Amino acid sequence: MAASANVRLRLETVRLTALFHRIAAVREVSILFPAHTVTAIIGPSGCGKSTFLRCLNRMHELSEGGWVTGKVLLDDVDIYASDVNPIQLRRRIGMVFQRPTPFPTMSIYDNVAAGLRVNGRRSRAELDEAVERALRQAALWDEIKDRLAASALELSGGQQQRLCIARALAPEPEILLLDEPTASLDPAGTQRIEELCQELKRLYTIVIVTHNLQQAARVSDDTAFFYMGRLIEVGRTRELFTKPQVEQTEAYITGRFG
Amino acid sequence: MTTLPIEPAPAPPNTETPSTEPRRASLRGVNASDRIYKGVLTVLALALPLLIVALFVQLFVSALPAIKRFGFSFLWTSTWDPVAEIYGAAPMIFGTLASSLIALLIAVPLALGVAIFLTEFAPRWVRQPVAFLVELLAAIPSVVYGLWGVFVLIPFLRSYAVPPLKAVLGWTPFFQGVFYGNSLLAGGIILAIMIVPYIAAVSREVLLAVPGSQREAALAMGATRWEAVWTAVLPYGRAGLIGAVILGLGRALGETMAVTMVIGNRHDIGLSALQPAYTMAAAIANEFSEATTDTYLSALFEVGLILFVITVLVNAFARLLIWRVARGAAVGSRAL
Amino acid sequence: MTALVALMAFTAVLALVLILGDLIAKGASSLDWNFFVRNPAPAGETGGGVANAIVGTGIIVGLAALIGLPIGIGAGLYLAEYGSGRLGFLVRFVADVLNGTPSIVIGILAWTWMVKPVGRFSALAGSVALAVLMIPMIARTTEEMVRLVPHSLREAALALGYPRWRTSLRVVARTALSGIVTGCLVGIARVAGETAPLLFTALGNLNFTTKVTQPMQTLSLQIYVYATGPFDEWHRLAWAAALVLVALVLVLSMVARWVTRQRYGGVR
Repeated sequence: MAASANVRLRLETVRLTALFHRIAAVREVSILFPAHTVTAIIGPSGCGKSTFLRCLNRMHELSEGGWVTGKVLLDDVDIYASDVNPIQLRRRIGMVFQRPTPFPTMSIYDNVAAGLRVNGRRSRAELDEAVERALRQAALWDEIKDRLAASALELSGGQQQRLCIARALAPEPEILLLDEPTASLDPAGTQRIEELCQELKRLYTIVIVTHNLQQAARVSDDTAFFYMGRLIEVGRTRELFTKPQVEQTEAYITGRFG
Repeated sequence: MTTLPIEPAPAPPNTETPSTEPRRASLRGVNASDRIYKGVLTVLALALPLLIVALFVQLFVSALPAIKRFGFSFLWTSTWDPVAEIYGAAPMIFGTLASSLIALLIAVPLALGVAIFLTEFAPRWVRQPVAFLVELLAAIPSVVYGLWGVFVLIPFLRSYAVPPLKAVLGWTPFFQGVFYGNSLLAGGIILAIMIVPYIAAVSREVLLAVPGSQREAALAMGATRWEAVWTAVLPYGRAGLIGAVILGLGRALGETMAVTMVIGNRHDIGLSALQPAYTMAAAIANEFSEATTDTYLSALFEVGLILFVITVLVNAFARLLIWRVARGAAVGSRAL
Repeated sequence: MTALVALMAFTAVLALVLILGDLIAKGASSLDWNFFVRNPAPAGETGGGVANAIVGTGIIVGLAALIGLPIGIGAGLYLAEYGSGRLGFLVRFVADVLNGTPSIVIGILAWTWMVKPVGRFSALAGSVALAVLMIPMIARTTEEMVRLVPHSLREAALALGYPRWRTSLRVVARTALSGIVTGCLVGIARVAGETAPLLFTALGNLNFTTKVTQPMQTLSLQIYVYATGPFDEWHRLAWAAALVLVALVLVLSMVARWVTRQRYGGVR
């Protein structure tokens, strides 16, 4: 395991298996995500990394036939326990998807505030403050502070994605899940978001799924390699990339398959 | 999810912590509002099956006296005598089928032609306007078609169309007798104009649902545009196109106002299209307010029941055919 | 062959042009101020108008919309949100079949339920009949429009912690809103032209009234009475009323299209 013993645990899975009807897409994955780190999940297409990510905020069960065995512990509480409300859970865990998905009928301000408004009434002042904070954290504030009332669709792709990040950050989740967040962006947009990851880990614990090995190397502290639904290897990024312990990992990293 | 009793979701945890500290929101709680939402929507949606069952049951109940009295002979008796209280729906059933048949004979080639033109051959700039215009035809109310039929179509038929038709085809049983205007023919033509946009719109959606790869495969083999349509596209969409036609038929069967204004409203079975005739829908519209006795009324309800059952069967069949090509899409729901 | 199908398209368009042309030629000249503000004159006399019919159309169709739109939209949302199971299939199928049911049949059933028990014709009965016509139409168009909203939008809302009902309403339906409105306008336009279901419910009324418990006149009923009547004056008025009715229906249809064009961040 990668974490040293004295780092506070935030998120941990214990033999997590995710299935669609009878087919397992993720098998018996046990991993922990230490607090305030960026963990990258890499692996070839179809290896289950996105499915795994979606188990962490109980989105997987919203898919047709999706169900789960095993545990996911958030602060030692199993989020799959029967008395846990998944909706409340998702307010503590933020998620950003592959394609930017701003709400088209809302302004930039309302997009960012969306997660806050659904979580209970806030005064206008609180919302203003939270929106500004989130947009600053997403490195978008300076660019759009004068047009908060504009439609979210007027932004470029990269800006929209950062808007989605701001939207996910506004409710101040503890964990941020990123599912290939730069897959549909140009290099400039990609770079901005990668820089963000490093900055944001001061405040949040980040798990990022990526099919781009260089990105994983640039951005993460720890890396986990998945293959065919199983966790093959996990370790400090530098070590995993230079001295992988498992042959399959090495094969993937050196490009022999994937 | 959880089996806690239904109660409103607990208020979110206190929100007064300063924004620099992460909030430790409780993970517990129930969300009953989701269940209420689903419940409300389900109730509203159930209105539909409930409605159709209620329609059928009420029709049946209201028609029961007539059903008991006349039995199956209602379907083939030609007498409709309110005085003697003998009712037979055969002329109406005949007229409904005959007028719809005439309508289909005229409308199907026209409508399919329009649909094929719009999806395969029309240059881009023509598509939108023509499609729009054809759609407008569907928006014209039935009673306006009837008005036009009475004052424009029938005089035209009488002066310009029927004499040559009689001259050429007068020897056939279909064009016998004196043409006074209100006739099966007029009913059929008006119906044809009314169902063209409907068949065309649904056919167009069916053709658009045919994958482009079918067309391309044919073209790649060296077929001309038209050959590609004929050999690759049409056969693929065949079930759906037949469905579109049958939908049009269903529409024609139930049309009331335009038909009753031009068809002559006479309880008569005859092969000649130049003679007045009657349809089930027209009969109900015409005679419902004059039905003074219970039997008369019940007989009309039985006519309504027959009409309802026929159109339900025809529509169900058509929908199944279309569903096979354009899976579950609301094809034709906007085709007025 | 291309020429042949082009000819067919042309013929279809020609029919439309002829009908609209006749409407304008025969009806436009009768459209004067009197026509719009006066009630029908006694039989055979000149100078009457269709004020009662115009107002009646508005009231009956408006009331029908009030009844039919919530149920139709609700059913449509159900189909889009929860309709992938067996009940959804049934509801969808029934809606499609109901869409093809003859409106005269709906009319006599509305008579049985709303006129016969109270012994009186009423605008309300007419509105109920029209609402029954509207509901399956609106349900299907609403479903179709909501289904067009990309799944990713729904997921983004759910991942933020939106409960399902709020996702469905605030995000998905809101995004599809202009499409839903279009469907509603088209449905309203369609029932505005209906006559058959009103024959034995609203019945018609030569006088001006706004009471929904009384029989009421609509443009469609007026056209029917005038077109089938014996007086030339009536025929003239029928054309004019038909022009007004068609104009109303066309305007509604065009507004419906315009609404879809004016999307705040189109989803299509």
